[in-house]
Amino acid sequence: MTPPVPLLEARNLTMRFGGVVAVNNIDFTLREVELRCLIGPNGAGKSTFFKMLTGQLTPSAGTIAFRGTPIAGAASHEIARLGIGIKTQVPNVFNGLPVRENVWLAARRRNTPVQAKRLVDEILEKIALTPRADDLVGQLSHGQRQWVEIGTVLAGEPDLILLDEPAAGMTDEETVRTAEIIREINQTRALIVVEHDMQFIKMIAKTVTVFHQGQILMEDKIDAVMHDERVRDVYLGKKVAA
Amino acid sequence: MTRFAGRPLLNWAALAAAVAALIAVPEFVEIFTLMQFTLFAAMGVLALSLGFIWGYGGILSFGQTAFFGLGGYAYAVSVINLGDSTGAIGIAIALPAVFAAILGYFVFYGRISDVYLGVITLTVTLILFNVVNATAGDEYRIGAAALGGFNGMPSVPTFNMPGNPSMVLDPTQGWYATGGALIFVYVALRLLLRSPFGRIAVAVRENEVRASLLGYDPRLIKLGVFVVGGAVAGLGGALYVNWGAFVSPTIFALSLSAEIIIWVTVGGLGTLIGPVVGCFMIQYLDSQIGTQQTFNSNLALGAILIVFVLLLPQGLIPTLRTLAGRAIAAPSRTAAKTTVAERPAEARQ
Repeated sequence: MTPPVPLLEARNLTMRFGGVVAVNNIDFTLREVELRCLIGPNGAGKSTFFKMLTGQLTPSAGTIAFRGTPIAGAASHEIARLGIGIKTQVPNVFNGLPVRENVWLAARRRNTPVQAKRLVDEILEKIALTPRADDLVGQLSHGQRQWVEIGTVLAGEPDLILLDEPAAGMTDEETVRTAEIIREINQTRALIVVEHDMQFIKMIAKTVTVFHQGQILMEDKIDAVMHDERVRDVYLGKKVAA
Repeated sequence: MTRFAGRPLLNWAALAAAVAALIAVPEFVEIFTLMQFTLFAAMGVLALSLGFIWGYGGILSFGQTAFFGLGGYAYAVSVINLGDSTGAIGIAIALPAVFAAILGYFVFYGRISDVYLGVITLTVTLILFNVVNATAGDEYRIGAAALGGFNGMPSVPTFNMPGNPSMVLDPTQGWYATGGALIFVYVALRLLLRSPFGRIAVAVRENEVRASLLGYDPRLIKLGVFVVGGAVAGLGGALYVNWGAFVSPTIFALSLSAEIIIWVTVGGLGTLIGPVVGCFMIQYLDSQIGTQQTFNSNLALGAILIVFVLLLPQGLIPTLRTLAGRAIAAPSRTAAKTTVAERPAEARQ
């Protein structure tokens, strides 16, 4: 029996910016409905990796396949249509449009008008922004804009969701709620989550991939990663390890 | 910002008022003024074309007159050859739309940035001006229509009743046709903006990267907006030629390109009514200033633009809307304060 095709498979992936190698020859595989956390210090290459997965950057070398379809260098909208959605590090939303319109724009692409309206209402409830549905996104707080972006990604109904620091700027309560939503989404969809908040990682993670200087330092279960000396040195710092 | 609940009603009232004005104007003004208003309405269609692509598509075209001129010439050539304005108007809309599709394909799919888009559209307008200018002589004919070079094409047949070339429209009917076209284009663009395409176009203007990450192709959406703008400008060109029964290369003039930008800026970018109001206002002012010799009308136009950019950067209509919004919100805020102030008293009772 042939092994199932992975949801996402990157081979020898490299991204160079002039003389700087942001991502250096990495291999990465993700199964269907898997939740993977990416950690690593700033500049480790996590966001660059996300940008290559979503077509915002064309890799200098290597391949990326989504369910066996090559996507390296494809346009962002083509990749989104295949089923990859992203919440970026800095909220990337339509600030000049109302909350409802932001979510609708994502929902409408794959749904009929009636289905899209129902989906938008459900998502607004889920992200607790129904009372502010008609407000312009630019008038919301940073945390609320994060929620709008998460809602927008959910409305696109992608099979793989990339979340770049989803808990950044959120209150403790909102962070717990975000973790709950991520676990709920993971019942049916795969996710890759980049996060610095280790408490948050503990709430959601099963397998963790550690990036360091554009390469994958290690990939293992959360407990093994947390207790690895190398990870402590490069990411958590020796002070924490002590 | 919560949307004003009475806005749909206001829109219907405005539309009814526009239709009423269209019908009533010939009863109250002299023929010269009616002809002047007909010109303003034709130019209003041109203003709408830029107001749509710039305000809702984020595409600043410095060469909207290229499509306007193409529409004008397409109408003139077609009506002379066909002998009927019905099909000629369709050609005047279709040709600039096709031209916009070809130009827009290279611009948007070539990922040319906004600044270069301005330069390219400006250059295309200049090229068209020079090409048409060089068509003097009898050898430059399309069928029965001589292009006439810098002298232009005089005695272009004006609009007739649809399918009936023998029934040529008189000035009053010409006003109805032109003013009606302006209202029709306005309503059509308003409906287009409410459609999924229009809403996605606005999203692309707001954030191109996010739109593409949601699965929309910004190049295709922008191309669609550009083509619609080209078609509308082409219709404006046909209306303009119908008004004067004449077309010359000055229809591609850069001064007109600049003037449209002033109309849109003064009236208010990001609205459809703003460019029309700006167009009517500036043209009326221009015609009034033109009757005296004390100072140059272009100087006055420049001064108006500077005043608006410095004092009302949003333009007339958005500023009026903001003021109206504040006026509506003020009583409700006062009522809310009163309610809060009254609470302790109510609690005591």
